[in-house]
Amino acid sequence: MTDDQTATSFDAHRCPNGHVSYPGHTRCPDCGEKQTETVDLADRTATVVTWTTSNATPPGVREPNHLAIVEFAVDGEAVRALGQLTTAEGVDIGDEVEPVYTEELREPGAGIREPDSQEWDGYRFEPV
Amino acid sequence: MNRVAIVGASMTTFGERDAWVRELLAEAGDACLADAGIGGDELDHLYVSNMASGEFEGQTGVPNALAHDLNALGAYTARIDQTSSSGGAGIYAAWQSVASGASDLTMLVGGEKMTHRTTGEATDVIASLTHPVEYKHGVTLPSFAGLTARKYLDEYDAPRESLGKVAVKNHQNGVDNPHAQFRKEVDLETVLDSPVVADPLRLYDFCPITDGSAALLFCPEEVASEYTDDYVVVSGIGGATDTHVVHERADPTTMGGVVDSSEIAYEMSDLGPEDVDVAELHDMFTILEFLQSEDLGFFKKGEGWKAVEEGVTDRDGDLPINTSGGLKSKGHPLGASGVAQAYELYQQLLGEAGPRQVDCEVGLACNVGGFGNCVTTTILERP
Repeated sequence: MTDDQTATSFDAHRCPNGHVSYPGHTRCPDCGEKQTETVDLADRTATVVTWTTSNATPPGVREPNHLAIVEFAVDGEAVRALGQLTTAEGVDIGDEVEPVYTEELREPGAGIREPDSQEWDGYRFEPV
Repeated sequence: MNRVAIVGASMTTFGERDAWVRELLAEAGDACLADAGIGGDELDHLYVSNMASGEFEGQTGVPNALAHDLNALGAYTARIDQTSSSGGAGIYAAWQSVASGASDLTMLVGGEKMTHRTTGEATDVIASLTHPVEYKHGVTLPSFAGLTARKYLDEYDAPRESLGKVAVKNHQNGVDNPHAQFRKEVDLETVLDSPVVADPLRLYDFCPITDGSAALLFCPEEVASEYTDDYVVVSGIGGATDTHVVHERADPTTMGGVVDSSEIAYEMSDLGPEDVDVAELHDMFTILEFLQSEDLGFFKKGEGWKAVEEGVTDRDGDLPINTSGGLKSKGHPLGASGVAQAYELYQQLLGEAGPRQVDCEVGLACNVGGFGNCVTTTILERP
C-alpha cells in the first residue's frame, strides 16, 4: 500500500475468521485473533443507523456538527462507522449514504488532543 | 471475604464553587471524618476518585495532597480514574481494600473542579476519552446521547415528551436536596422549548457542568458498630466494560456494561432487580435513565419510558429513581458523582433523607463512564 492509498482509504479490518471491525484493534473484538486484512469501505454505500445535529461543539469543530452512525455490509458482515454528515437536510434513519473524503474534519490543535497523536482527515457521509 | 460497611458519608454543595479540587476534596473528606467521629490518622487507605484534575486545572497527585491536608500521612493512597464512573470505581477499590483484609479503615473521596472552563473546553476534556476515529469527527458525549435518543425513540415508539418527563421528575426531587446545584422545578413545556443541543435532545435533557466533592468511609461489618449504630452494608458490587468505540455496539440502545455489572452485583447480594426499593442512576442525559432502568432489569427493554410516564419512578412511585435529583439537577462533578449516588442511598437507607425520604431497605447505584464504556453497579442495604 502506498502512502497515497493510506491517505485516502477507509479501512475496516478483518481477522482470519472473517469478522470485520472499524476501526482496527490489536485483537479481533469477536474472537481475539489478530486482524490480518483490511477492507476499503471508501467505494461502498452504507445505511444510516441513527443521526444527530450537535449545536454545542468543542474548540475547532464546525457548528452545527451533523453526525451519523452508518452501517456497511461487507461479505455478509455488518460493519458500523461514525462520522460527520455532509448535510442533515432530508436525512433519516434507513437512508443510503456514501463516503466523501475530507482533508480536515476538525482543526488540529484547537482541542485538547495533541495534534500529532492522530490523523485528522477522513470521510464524511453524503446522502445518495 | 469480609462484608464491608459504610460508617460515614458526606458531600459538599454541588454547583459553581470558588474552591479548587484540593480544597473541595478536603472539605468532603473532613466532613466524612467528622460524621464518623474519627481522625485522619486512623485511615489505612485513602482513595481519590477524579477524572481529570490535571487537564482541568493543572493539579496532579491529588491523593497525596489530600492525605497531607487531612492528617492522614502514612495511609496508602491512589487516584481512581474511570472517567464519569470514577466514583463508582472508587467504591469498588475501597470495597476491595476492606473485603480483602488489606485495610481496616478506608476513606474514599471523589471530586472534580470544572466550572472555570468554558462549556466547549469541558466538553472537549470529556470527549478526549473517545477513540481517534470518533474524536476527529468532533464527537462529544452529548452527541452520543443525541444519536442514541433518536434511535431509541424510533425503535420503541416512545414520545419525545417522555424524555422531558425525566428532567421534570429529577428537578422536582432536586428542590428538596440542600446540596443540589439546581433547586428549582421545571415544567415540561420549558424542557421541550429549550435550545436544541444534540437533536432530538435539548438543554434540559443534559446535566450541568459542576464543581463538588463527596466522601464515604468503609470498614469491615464486624467492627462497624464500634464507629456507629447507623451504617449500611455493600451487599453487591460489580464492574464491567463495553466497547470503547461506541458505534461498534450491535444495539445502540443497550449498554452491555450496565447489564454485566448489575448481574455481578445481583449475584453477590443474592438479590434481583425486583428487590431494589430505590435507585440512583447516571442521568448525565435523560435518555440514559431509560437505558439503565431497562439494562438493570427494572423494566422490559423499550419500556423504561412507560415507567416514567406512569409515575412508577416518582418519589411516591413503586421504584423511586434519582431521589437526590440525579446528575440532572444535583449536578455532575465527574469524580464525585458516583460517590454522591452512594451518599444519597446511605441517607435514604438510614432514614435521614428528610423531605426526599422514601420507604427502602435496598438501594442500587449505577455509575456510567464514557458513553457506557465502563460501569460500576453497587447495591447497598441496611444490615
